Amino acid sequence: MLQFKTWQQALIIGSVVLAAILATPNFFPKETVAAWPGYLPKSRISLGLDLQGGSYLLLGVDTEKVIDDRLTSLRQEIQRSMRPSGDKERIALQSLPTLDLGRDGITLRLRDEAQIEDASKRIRDLTRAGSLVGSGVRPYEVTVTGPRIDVVMAPEAKRAYAQEALADSIEVVRRRIDPAGNKEVLIQPQGVDRIVVQAPGDNDPEALKQIINRTGQLSFHRVDVSVSPEDVAAGLLPPGRIVVPIAEVEGGGQLILHEEAEVTGDMVESAAAGIDSQGGGFEINFSFDSRGARRFADYTREHVGELFAIVLDNEVISYPRIQTPITGGQGRITGNFSPDEAQRIATLIRSGALPAPLTTLDQRTVGPDLGADSIKAGSTASVIAFALVVLFMLVTYGRFGVYANLALVANIVLIFGILSLLGSTLTLPGIAGIVLTIGMAVDANVLIFERIREEIAGGKSPINATQIGFDKAFSAIADSNITTLLAAWIMLALGAGPVRGFAVTLSVGVITSVFSAIVITRLLAGGYLLSKRPKSITL
Amino acid sequence: MKLLKLIPDETKIPFTKWRWHALVLTLAAFIASVFAIFVAPGLNFGVDFRGGITIEAEDTTPIDLSEVRQAVASLNLGGAKVQEFGSPTQIVVALEATSLEGEANVDVSQQKVAALVQDAIRKSLGDDVSFKRVEVVGPTVSGELTQRGILAVVAATAMMLGYIWFRYQLQWGAGAVLGVIHDTVITVGLVALFQFSFDLNVIAAILTVIGYSVNDTVVVYDRIRENLRKYKKMPLAELIDLSLNETLTRTVVTGGTSILALAALVTFGGEVLRGFCFAIMFGIIIGTYSSLFVAAPFLLLTGVKRDWSKVKDTAPAQA
Repeated sequence: MLQFKTWQQALIIGSVVLAAILATPNFFPKETVAAWPGYLPKSRISLGLDLQGGSYLLLGVDTEKVIDDRLTSLRQEIQRSMRPSGDKERIALQSLPTLDLGRDGITLRLRDEAQIEDASKRIRDLTRAGSLVGSGVRPYEVTVTGPRIDVVMAPEAKRAYAQEALADSIEVVRRRIDPAGNKEVLIQPQGVDRIVVQAPGDNDPEALKQIINRTGQLSFHRVDVSVSPEDVAAGLLPPGRIVVPIAEVEGGGQLILHEEAEVTGDMVESAAAGIDSQGGGFEINFSFDSRGARRFADYTREHVGELFAIVLDNEVISYPRIQTPITGGQGRITGNFSPDEAQRIATLIRSGALPAPLTTLDQRTVGPDLGADSIKAGSTASVIAFALVVLFMLVTYGRFGVYANLALVANIVLIFGILSLLGSTLTLPGIAGIVLTIGMAVDANVLIFERIREEIAGGKSPINATQIGFDKAFSAIADSNITTLLAAWIMLALGAGPVRGFAVTLSVGVITSVFSAIVITRLLAGGYLLSKRPKSITL
Repeated sequence: MKLLKLIPDETKIPFTKWRWHALVLTLAAFIASVFAIFVAPGLNFGVDFRGGITIEAEDTTPIDLSEVRQAVASLNLGGAKVQEFGSPTQIVVALEATSLEGEANVDVSQQKVAALVQDAIRKSLGDDVSFKRVEVVGPTVSGELTQRGILAVVAATAMMLGYIWFRYQLQWGAGAVLGVIHDTVITVGLVALFQFSFDLNVIAAILTVIGYSVNDTVVVYDRIRENLRKYKKMPLAELIDLSLNETLTRTVVTGGTSILALAALVTFGGEVLRGFCFAIMFGIIIGTYSSLFVAAPFLLLTGVKRDWSKVKDTAPAQA
């Protein structure tokens, strides 16, 4: 069937024109495209980090720690709930409740089995709370055996808490790197406990990591000056006290603090870096929410003249003396901060604490120069490859080679149109994929042309031979391209950024090349043969 | 217009007669590759699979390698490789995955080591130095990537077997897969021999080669099956030779255009992708060889179903 109906011709030509239109946004600056009217395509191919330069970070979220933290604090709450309060009487335990992180459970034994009803009720009341309320999932299983109570976290709850931790971490990372939401930073979850951060441009990855990898846990503590360093060295730390190192810039050393925080970072509403009007250095100004403001006012009123410590990620960053009560809900952290450090701390405080520490598992950074070099090298190679293949087809197949080359051009237009439509990311291996497609795209045409040659050698007329050539070559073309597609899909599953780019361009290229070789070449060759009806063709 | 004919119209190359010579050649290449991979010089594992750190740096003036070596060595981080990369103003520094004292988590330690090494390089070369590429892969990820790389190649091979089994018969699939194994091992052998970095890109190259090699094999198989329908009494060896000769021009032309395109990439595509393009280019040559001398002659060993007349060609509906 060399004859195409008019609507078929229109459809074929239309699809190539459509692809060309879809590809146009790539040739104009982004701002220009944004101003185009709505009916014009705006989606474009974006450059991968290996081409435009930038950093790729794979972060691991320690979801186990989130679970462990929850269980640890639940144990404390259980212990507290056994104390007498109001009309509740004391429930005596044989020993402190034990925590078994291996099976996500807490076990406690009562002295008096008669109190078991009361104890399990108190625990059930406690464990009913939590963010899973409403979802129908009970976060903990409470079982009673004699004087023993087992509290085990349900697997669904564990999954939900892990998911929550991942989502929260992503939010915090986003607030830290891209607070205004105007940078082209991509922050996505991967699997159940990973976050991928892709930051293009000349962002310094070290600065990025420094701000991502800090937990950002801020708290305000009372300093206990009654415990001497000698006592600490002798292991005589009173209960409820902790030893916290002082930041290097503040002179190093350590302070003994009350473990219980007076105010915590989640009560801070905003924070910004500023210039210290007295010291001349840099400081961080912050303001509390109403709850924090009240607590801070109460505390500073009662402890005028005492030291208090501001702790960030288990390090004292400042320990001023309270001169006057601070009642306005505003405060400032002064210290010997550099402007960068002040900025970083302000961002950390503003963005809130990470639910669990993040570990950088994989970092890839490409400088913008190398990216520019790669683009240049990639496009040079593409142009040369294209020219070589076009020339080769021309000298091998003459007129039919021209048809194949036109199909090849259409193929490249189609590839760019589809990649633009998909908004795909072009990577360096992706460029290689396109170049390889240029080389392999002619395969279908070669199969067809060789078939036509054979049929002509067998005595068939040009039109007949061409007809049979297209028909008979089809099963080989279909099978052979399906195998390439299968390989490309496995690469997609294999995953990592640049390789995915290769897999995408290769599979798009394979599909468009079959279309252009079979349909477009047939349209061109058929048009020639049916209108001129040549007695013989050179092939 | 006189057209270029790389291959004459009527060739009668006795491919199957050469199968024993080919077998010797194939086995020799196979053994040499296994030797290159596992004994000497061995695979030059990239940072993807080895884990560790790779840093490419560039200065405005030629770099004194020994100076950088000293600066990095003074950190006491174990064996660091410092080499020139492309030009005298560029170096690449590679470190194995090491754990710092006092840091139990190797993933965390890696990140700290990378920062230390960059500082040391900056101190030794001055502030003009720019880092063109920094890759830090912790053991968690490198372990996963290795697993995924192996899985991908195995899965691709299995899928090819399955597809050809479905379209032809089991022994045809086995022949194609034998070709695939041959191509994979020898391509990896060449990558080892030339000491290209063996990384995820090379796995992608291998998958491409697998796709191409099976593509090539399928074209030949398709012709063999067609000739089996046409010449019901022709001896199998003769029939295979005929099919290979009939498709030879296509084999050479498609291989030729693909290699032309890849040669352009290897020559002009820059340092970054050289290993990748090289692997695909040689893989395609090896894949073409295996279609002719491994996958097709294999059918002689196993024999094939002779009567395909009742089997409808199940190719998808024609466009």
